Amino acid sequence: MAVKKFVVGLFDDEAVLFPAVKKVRTAGYKLHDVYTPFPVHGLDHAMGLRETSLHTAGFIYGITGTTTALSFMSWVFNVDWPLNIGGKPHFPLPAFIPITFELTVLFAAVGMVMTFCYLCQLMPGVKKHIFHPGQTDDKFVMVIELTEKTNAEEVKSFLAAAGAQGINEQKAEAGWWFGRYDKDDEPYLRKIQTANA
Amino acid sequence: MKDQFVVPARLKKTSFVLMGVGLLTLLIGLIAFHGENATRFWAGLLQNSSFFLLITLASTFFIAATTLAHGGWQIGFRRVPEAISMAVPVLSAILFVVVMILVFGGRDDIYHWVNAHHVAEDKILTWKSAFLNKGFFTVATILTLGLWIFFTLKLRKMSIEEDGWDLRPETGRKLLWRNTVVCGGFLVVFTLSVGSTTPWIWLMSIDAHWFSTMYSWYTFASTWVSGLALIALFVVYLKKHGYLSYVTEEHLHDLGKFMFAFSIFWTYLWFSQYMLIWYANMPEETEYFQPRVWGQWRPIFFLNLLINFVTPLLFLMKRDTKRNYTAIVFIAIVIIFGHWLDFWQMVSPGTVKTLVFPWYEFGLGLGFVGLIIFLVSNQLTKAALVPKNHPYLKESIVHHT
Repeated sequence: MAVKKFVVGLFDDEAVLFPAVKKVRTAGYKLHDVYTPFPVHGLDHAMGLRETSLHTAGFIYGITGTTTALSFMSWVFNVDWPLNIGGKPHFPLPAFIPITFELTVLFAAVGMVMTFCYLCQLMPGVKKHIFHPGQTDDKFVMVIELTEKTNAEEVKSFLAAAGAQGINEQKAEAGWWFGRYDKDDEPYLRKIQTANA
Repeated sequence: MKDQFVVPARLKKTSFVLMGVGLLTLLIGLIAFHGENATRFWAGLLQNSSFFLLITLASTFFIAATTLAHGGWQIGFRRVPEAISMAVPVLSAILFVVVMILVFGGRDDIYHWVNAHHVAEDKILTWKSAFLNKGFFTVATILTLGLWIFFTLKLRKMSIEEDGWDLRPETGRKLLWRNTVVCGGFLVVFTLSVGSTTPWIWLMSIDAHWFSTMYSWYTFASTWVSGLALIALFVVYLKKHGYLSYVTEEHLHDLGKFMFAFSIFWTYLWFSQYMLIWYANMPEETEYFQPRVWGQWRPIFFLNLLINFVTPLLFLMKRDTKRNYTAIVFIAIVIIFGHWLDFWQMVSPGTVKTLVFPWYEFGLGLGFVGLIIFLVSNQLTKAALVPKNHPYLKESIVHHT
């Protein structure tokens, strides 16, 4: 848990947002995140996010599933409880393949979903600070983190020059947290302090 | 922008050298395999002509399937599968001559159901003769080859004709509609031929006692993934020579995904065919796998799985390899060779019986490769490389995976 200070700016249009993201990065401000109401193609590249490692994780989960299925079935039918099933060998590889395949898919799918949730900081019961309710409706919300080196007023005027509206400063929890919005954080009830209202 | 392909002298030379190698091998084969040994001469011809015909036909299937799916990404290089599909008439003619000699040429070493005495003494073949007879074989072969050629030529003709059209929305709708109709018609024919009957009569009837309903699908998967690899090879070749400026690694990435996915699809069908037969363990079904799994062909059987499943699976898994031109060329060649090997182990154990180094079959294969290069590069020069009036062209240019 770390409470940090942010400057938030709203954008109406992707066409304004993209150059603004570029300007923020070249100016060297610390971009916390950009929230959009729908997936925006190429925004991850513009923000300079690295390629996800989710697929590597998926491969490892899949291999784990394959190993689990093969080793468990071999152990059951060869060591623990050898049975004669229709005269087939005790290690009938073709008969093991469908289950191995299923378990590979199951491990990879479930593992990747959970990893994805972790990477995106999404889980049932877990909350994140909402910088502006419009980020799920019709607004693109750009959030810049304030460090010791950045001046809040300077960032605000910078964002205004880049075409942002409703610029405001917020002090909020940066990561995810367990709890309730109405008790611990009240983005809908709290008056948003706007800088250039 | 270079939009008009000119065949480089080197490519022309390569195709002639390869065709020369093929012809030389054919001549050596004619001398080396005569009398008792002539089986290998014909088996090699049957394997190569059916394999290379079906992988070029896969290009027509590519056009039809992507058109019906309203795909836009492939328009930037659509002329490439079109040009490859134009090899279908020539390869059809070669295959037709080969199978007609096998059926009517008085030899029963490849298709032993053509021998009337054989059939009369054999209960199973007598029962199957309603389907497996010279008349049906000929009619089905002529019908499928004729329809394939008709639809392939039709699609190509329409595509070139559309270059003279305009960009109005009504024209675009008309273009899409008539392409949809023709592609739909082709897919019906394709499903009934490659997806069902054709591989049964051409290839499965070598082992006339044996049957597998998966066989045609298995053949389809094999030739479809090799056909995709062939398209990828030509796309990369043109790209490396400065053509196809709209095609980027995004398109290559999608072709790579296709090769990856259909390698797994091939394995799925391979396994579905194998496991049911292994599990039921009935003599009339296991006889096909006896020489392949427990006989001389055992190394080829497992090599087949290694080349066509494990290699593409591990190699194409990473995003970077699918976007890398050199890597795609490497794996495309591996896939085509692997499925050629697959066809070899489908044809030879039932005909040649013994496992020998396939120098003859491989030499013929090189000849077919040369022929395909020659025909396709000639066809590529006959039209602009970008169908500039296609309504989905923009979608292909801005394509992003």
